[in-house]
Amino acid sequence: MANGKYTVSSSPHIRSTDTIQSIMQDVFIALLPAAFAGVWFFRFSALWIILISIVTCVGAEALWQKLTNQKITINDFSAAVTGLLLALNLPPTVPFWIPIVGGVFAIIVVKQFFGGLGQNFMNPALAARVFLLTSWTPQMTSWTFDGMTTATPLGILKEGGAQLPSLADLLIGRIGGCIGETSAIALLIGAAYLLYKKVISIRIPATFIGTVFVLTWLLGRGGMFYSNALYEIFTGGLILGAFFMATDYASSPVTEKGQYIMGLGCGIITAVIRLYGGLPEGVSYAILIMNLAVPLIERYTRPHYFGEVKQ
Amino acid sequence: MQLLTFKRGIHPPDGKHLTENKPIEYLLPKGDLVYPMVQHIGAPCEPIVKKGDRVLVGQKIGETKAYVSSPIHSSVSGTVKNIAPMLHPNGNKVLSVIVENDGLYEEHESIGPKGDYKDLSREQIIEIIKEAGIVGMGGAGFPTFIKLSPPPEKKIDTIIVNGAECEPYLTSDYRVMLEETDRVVTGLKIILKLFPEAKGYIAVENNKMKAVEALLEETKNVDNIEVKVLKTKYPQGSEKQLIYALTGREVPSGGLPADVGCIVQNIDTVVAIHRAIVRGRPLMRRIVTVTGGAIKDPKNFKVKIGTSYRELIEAAGGFVEEPVKIISGGPMMGIALPSLDVPVCKGTSAILCLTREEAQLPQEQNCIRCGRCISACPMGLMPLELNRYAIHKDIEQFETMHGMDCMECGSCSYICPAKRHIVQSIRTAKKAVLENRKKNA
Repeated sequence: MANGKYTVSSSPHIRSTDTIQSIMQDVFIALLPAAFAGVWFFRFSALWIILISIVTCVGAEALWQKLTNQKITINDFSAAVTGLLLALNLPPTVPFWIPIVGGVFAIIVVKQFFGGLGQNFMNPALAARVFLLTSWTPQMTSWTFDGMTTATPLGILKEGGAQLPSLADLLIGRIGGCIGETSAIALLIGAAYLLYKKVISIRIPATFIGTVFVLTWLLGRGGMFYSNALYEIFTGGLILGAFFMATDYASSPVTEKGQYIMGLGCGIITAVIRLYGGLPEGVSYAILIMNLAVPLIERYTRPHYFGEVKQ
Repeated sequence: MQLLTFKRGIHPPDGKHLTENKPIEYLLPKGDLVYPMVQHIGAPCEPIVKKGDRVLVGQKIGETKAYVSSPIHSSVSGTVKNIAPMLHPNGNKVLSVIVENDGLYEEHESIGPKGDYKDLSREQIIEIIKEAGIVGMGGAGFPTFIKLSPPPEKKIDTIIVNGAECEPYLTSDYRVMLEETDRVVTGLKIILKLFPEAKGYIAVENNKMKAVEALLEETKNVDNIEVKVLKTKYPQGSEKQLIYALTGREVPSGGLPADVGCIVQNIDTVVAIHRAIVRGRPLMRRIVTVTGGAIKDPKNFKVKIGTSYRELIEAAGGFVEEPVKIISGGPMMGIALPSLDVPVCKGTSAILCLTREEAQLPQEQNCIRCGRCISACPMGLMPLELNRYAIHKDIEQFETMHGMDCMECGSCSYICPAKRHIVQSIRTAKKAVLENRKKNA
């Protein structure tokens, strides 16, 4: 029992077992059902896009950290999550250089330029998707299903011209769309996992989806109260966006009240774009716009601190 | 029974199984006893004995004229060997009186029953408590007689005995509630005599139901005392959170429990009050849990204040594995010590010896803004922001964001998946704020 060999450090002396790595792994696991569904419906092209996207993101992060003499942190899984998310947000027919350009943009420009993990003010995968969408619109908006060119359900709702797929097809994912957004069931299984593991709270997704549901029902396409709001919430990227992207820690509010506002804002913007905008889908833009409002939202939604003197 | 609690908080693994069923063992000191002249909040005591003096059990050996302070007594009879700065459980060197124990335990004339407390006046009771050197034994060490003398405009209607013991590993309060139930209740009755209008509560977390049953039995014929069961959650034993759980009142920021009509006392403090009045003995002993994965035979001890930590660890069988951390107190708020040669003080609730596996020394990573610290903070603060302001030395923003309200319970650091040293940074910033205030005053 000699002296001087005991560690002296600040309390607390015990820490919870959760780590950044375990959280990111949970998110990755939660995205796998949707990824499998994507590969099932869109075959090898989807698989390749997913792999290329993940490898690009992880590689870009490692390369950037090496070039800037930082500690390489790719084993925290966050770049892999970004890569998988980006792939799930791409049409299955894009050329292979699209996920490469997108992955580099997401990791280098959106994430690392702003300080790396936790510092990005926008969701990297989503920002990359929108960057690709505006830069290479034709590649990013050509949808196929079973080798046939098709339209997305939201496109049909907006432009007409084809038979809408059934609600059952929507739930299972037998429709045109991005790799990971078509199968609502696969996405909800992953979402349930995240909620069960307490990685995310229900606040943002519930208010987001709830707002879209209520607004499309109220102001629906067929006139007030006529729209099939249930159908609308399972189309497009709403489930994917609400559970996996609007809840991104770095770019969503940390306060409880703020999370409700985030969900509400996303829901309103999505519904307005879908019903009145020039684009068929508005989930990506809604989340990105709300990402920008996060510092402001947090400022006005601080929790009541204990012993706050009532004025 | 309805479970009472506060908002937010955490559920760390409790580690109490190591010692909760171990009855308190009485341990006599073998080596010298060390009495630091600071064992309380307030002015340090000055030694009133000299090197070579003979001292008796219960003899006062340190005091000061300052109001906010508390005297210190010898817990053995023997000779004053030296007066020198010694390592204190708070991690600093503090002027201490060192007494060589003669093993006779000859008692000082001041020891003796003070009469039936029912016949004593309010002033007499307060004076006895003051002279007995009783301080808050939950760790803070605020002199008890001051706590029991609130300004007359503060109407006290609630006296709470804090049996929450929410710190993991600690079982000393639990064993006292089980083994000295009657003294806890009598101690509370003595306090209630000072506040005849008030109601007394003994609040216990629901992981200690045996203690609840014992207290219920002991208080079944007492009208003004009620036993309350709390939800097991950290930091339930924090004064402000405990008051909130029981009364729904929030102690205002920067205020004291008396501002909302409450006084909170630790279990062992209440027993010390009992002993001072009923048996006329000053505060000379305390119950200490010696535990942790590195300890061979974890136990609860009743020891003389001034006994070396080293002796307690030896009495608990020594180490099975070399510990990496020796902690005075619990794992959430305790202080890591560089050495075992530290004396038991009035605020020593536990000696926790953690193995490498238990005591994690993680690397900090980037904050990912998961917000878990916010959902853990019992004070409703935003620890991630305070952490940032503290690191950037933005003292102004730190204060604006109520950084000074942080009680350093450690919930945020515990829950943080990025393993950020949030509390440590906040503690540093709080010190800077206080220094700034001093400079500008």
